[in-house]
Amino acid sequence: MFVNFTGMVEPMSDTPFVAVEGLHFVRGDKEIFRGVDMTIQRGGVTAIMGPSGSGKTTLLKLIGGQLTPDAGRVLIDGQDVHRQSRRALFTMRRRMGMLFQSGALFSDLSVFENVAFPLRVHTDLPEAMVRDLVLMKLEAVGLRGARGLMPSELSGGMARRVALARAVALDPELILYDEPFVGQDPISMGVLVQLIKRLNQALGLTSIVVSHDIKETLSIADYVYVIADGRVMAHGTPESLDVDQDPRVSQFVHGEPDGPVPFHYPAMDFVSDMLSTGDPR
Amino acid sequence: MIQRIRRLGGRGCDLLESLGRASIFLMQSAMGMPSREGLYLWLRQMHFIGVLSLAIVLVSGLFIGMVLSLQGYTILVDFGAEDALGQMVALSLLRELAPVVAALLFAGRAGSALTAEIGLMKATEQLTSMEMIGVDPLRRVVAPRLWAGFVALPLLTVGFGVVGIYGGYLVGVDWLGVFEGSYWSNMQASVDFVDDVGNGIIKSLVFALVVTWIAVFQGYDLVPTSEGISRATTRTVVYSSLAVLGLDFVLTAVMFGGLA
Repeated sequence: MFVNFTGMVEPMSDTPFVAVEGLHFVRGDKEIFRGVDMTIQRGGVTAIMGPSGSGKTTLLKLIGGQLTPDAGRVLIDGQDVHRQSRRALFTMRRRMGMLFQSGALFSDLSVFENVAFPLRVHTDLPEAMVRDLVLMKLEAVGLRGARGLMPSELSGGMARRVALARAVALDPELILYDEPFVGQDPISMGVLVQLIKRLNQALGLTSIVVSHDIKETLSIADYVYVIADGRVMAHGTPESLDVDQDPRVSQFVHGEPDGPVPFHYPAMDFVSDMLSTGDPR
Repeated sequence: MIQRIRRLGGRGCDLLESLGRASIFLMQSAMGMPSREGLYLWLRQMHFIGVLSLAIVLVSGLFIGMVLSLQGYTILVDFGAEDALGQMVALSLLRELAPVVAALLFAGRAGSALTAEIGLMKATEQLTSMEMIGVDPLRRVVAPRLWAGFVALPLLTVGFGVVGIYGGYLVGVDWLGVFEGSYWSNMQASVDFVDDVGNGIIKSLVFALVVTWIAVFQGYDLVPTSEGISRATTRTVVYSSLAVLGLDFVLTAVMFGGLA
């Protein structure tokens, strides 16, 4: 059983939890998405992968309703994210958690207060219960002992784990991870991989992980979308992508330096460039 | 030529657009106060914006009062009118110098800090994460700062005026030997509470709104990079100072220039 945004209990169904339909998005002169379609099933870990600059984070922001698409729509549990009033959108977001690349902890609040923040603003729980819940969430990410520290005293990996505890504080149905593995040492990377998988199973979440760390992401994903050039280039299970014959997919999944995505930035012929005496730039 | 006209038009449109955005922003944030938690956040900001600006404002007030008294004395004494020193110091401070200089100092001390703080929160995605948690940053971050600035600056202005008049007294009476009775009684006879003190406070309320508005909007609207933050901080000080001086002329013309 699932409780939807309006609080009504409905039977578990095969309808996707998140549906992205014909998404177009332009920023400045650059067309970032040219018709992206995705369906994200309940209860799984869906990875969105793609080279840097392919608009993965932008896609998360579109799903979270922070940006508005130029065409197309995003449905979460059947409701169009971009047709909600500001108030309804904020209510909808209480059912979502998002883990930001930088952690985005509130720098003027301690670790404990950061995790307590969503509980305090959205519930009227007594202080003792807030304390218990916060300690449970911090225990789940292994940082119960760090509750008195300020965000400036945490390492990057710890900050991200605290942010994860905060993101799941209200027991969301959907959690969005923005590049969770970037800039992590191997130990914290392993910790994060395990945490994402474990939390997803334990809390029955639907997770969307945006990343370009192939090995780690493929190890926890149930389904993968690869986006490039503003479109979905390939999608499927991690196993099917691994053996995909498309040279673009193969180059990305196996991390080959040159291929359909060229190593060289477009330039004039090398020899004639070296021999020319004109503009130094 | 056509290009230039087009560019000018483009700039005009950009300016109008950002004015529109700033106005909507002001409307949306000004509404977010009433809750009990809002009061706590407001008090916290009153401390950061108001209490921590006290030292610079009061010390400047003291020196400005002292300089005013010194300069005024050297001129008035030529006409044997040094008894009017109290009147001169009080009127210049209450009508002009206290609201204007306090607002300029406030823009430099508190305005720039507001812009940098909100800008840094934006750059580190704290504002976005707040939105994702379902909390409106306009109500939670911007509104308490806006209201704190609006209340703090008029109070600082009053402090500036009081200390300035005392500074004038120190130099005029204690040092230069103006008769104490005439310093105070001339002031008492010529300063009108509504016309002088009241108008000075109205000025400082207007400046408080404008300076805080510019500061929080620049912070909220900046490009979230280190360069963007530094530019926005500079813009806050420049725009606020120009707005304060320009508005001061308009307000003075209306209040004391017989235009009303």
